[in-house]
Amino acid sequence: MSKYLIDKFLYTVDRDPELVERYREDPRGTVDWWESERANVILNCPAAERSTWLEFTDAERDALGAHDYVALFELGAHTFLLLTLFIAMFERDYAEPLAFQREFAARLGHWKVPYPDIST
Amino acid sequence: MATIAAVIASTHHPFYLRASTATGEDRPPFADEWVAKIEAFRETLTRARPDVLVMVGSDHFHQLWLDNMPQFLIGKAPFYDANYYNEEREFGLPRMGLRGDEELSAHLLRGGIDAGFDLAFSNELRVDHSITCPIITLRPQADLPIVPVYTNIFAPPMPQPKRFVELGRTIRALVEAWPSDKRVAIIGTGHLSLELGGPRQFGPHGPDPEFDRRAVEWIASSDLKSALAEVSLDSLWLPGNATHGFMDFMLMMGVAGENVRADYTDSLDLFHTMEAYFTWYPEGAGR
Repeated sequence: MSKYLIDKFLYTVDRDPELVERYREDPRGTVDWWESERANVILNCPAAERSTWLEFTDAERDALGAHDYVALFELGAHTFLLLTLFIAMFERDYAEPLAFQREFAARLGHWKVPYPDIST
Repeated sequence: MATIAAVIASTHHPFYLRASTATGEDRPPFADEWVAKIEAFRETLTRARPDVLVMVGSDHFHQLWLDNMPQFLIGKAPFYDANYYNEEREFGLPRMGLRGDEELSAHLLRGGIDAGFDLAFSNELRVDHSITCPIITLRPQADLPIVPVYTNIFAPPMPQPKRFVELGRTIRALVEAWPSDKRVAIIGTGHLSLELGGPRQFGPHGPDPEFDRRAVEWIASSDLKSALAEVSLDSLWLPGNATHGFMDFMLMMGVAGENVRADYTDSLDLFHTMEAYFTWYPEGAGR
């Protein structure tokens, strides 16, 4: 279980306009590239001083690679990061304001509190 | 000593700027009422004639990240750039800049640490919409220096609610002891019940109107006894998965003082969340 790494992916993609578009268009390729090149970069350290141990589980890699926000919610991804990035990628495809956000909610409609733990 | 000109607690709604400036078909039906309420609320700060603003908010995973996450942090810098690409993208918020009051920052850091809060600090802080939303609503000319105070209401493990209250009391006491002739407004923003990224998000009202009703009364009367008895880190998940922002309201109740009724209270039931606005005048001058 590497919730932290899911969150790190969502966080580092969400803050980069080019990566938002790249992840929208090529989710699996972007996830594979990111895990190989970026997952172990410590954000406030030089590239040479990177971590050596971070990797996704198969379930996490598959959920990210499929844009499966329901699975990511269930894996304990931070809900603010999840919502923000997915709005950035998909709100534009819906004609009505908030239509994507409401579909997002409806697809999670089988969940009651307590939700999956987002603690890292 | 410094004067506390006003204590202000508010929700912060990043869609206000876009809603209030939209015209024609783009203007939402609730915009006029919202603008009227915000302008009345703004007057409660204007009337207090502040010289400097202590701004309590929370970074939304912008500069602060899980590899190095402070619980409570005070900015100490001469200037704060503000707002981020994803806030421009989602909310239409502009890039902003705010001057800092380093002397008051240093005073709060030294005094806060000595009072038992091992505060983190930042000498280069880019603040986000938790600080700029209340600037836009309460002081849109953005002409006063600020001291940003960031709290972790976002990333578990978080401090207990009582620590937010205690920090609020400490900030109040420290500002009152600041050797300055300035008039300080202490402004903090948080949330009532709120759901983001979950099944109850973006409904016609906030996810838990009953919590909101009780919370507004706790804040308006600064009923810390009831709030502390009924609110815990675990219970705050129930009204909505982003409701830990209520702890910033509890901090502000600590600033206002227990059982001190707000001089100004207003609220607005918006889609997906309730807005609420509170002002106290500790010195009575703004009443």
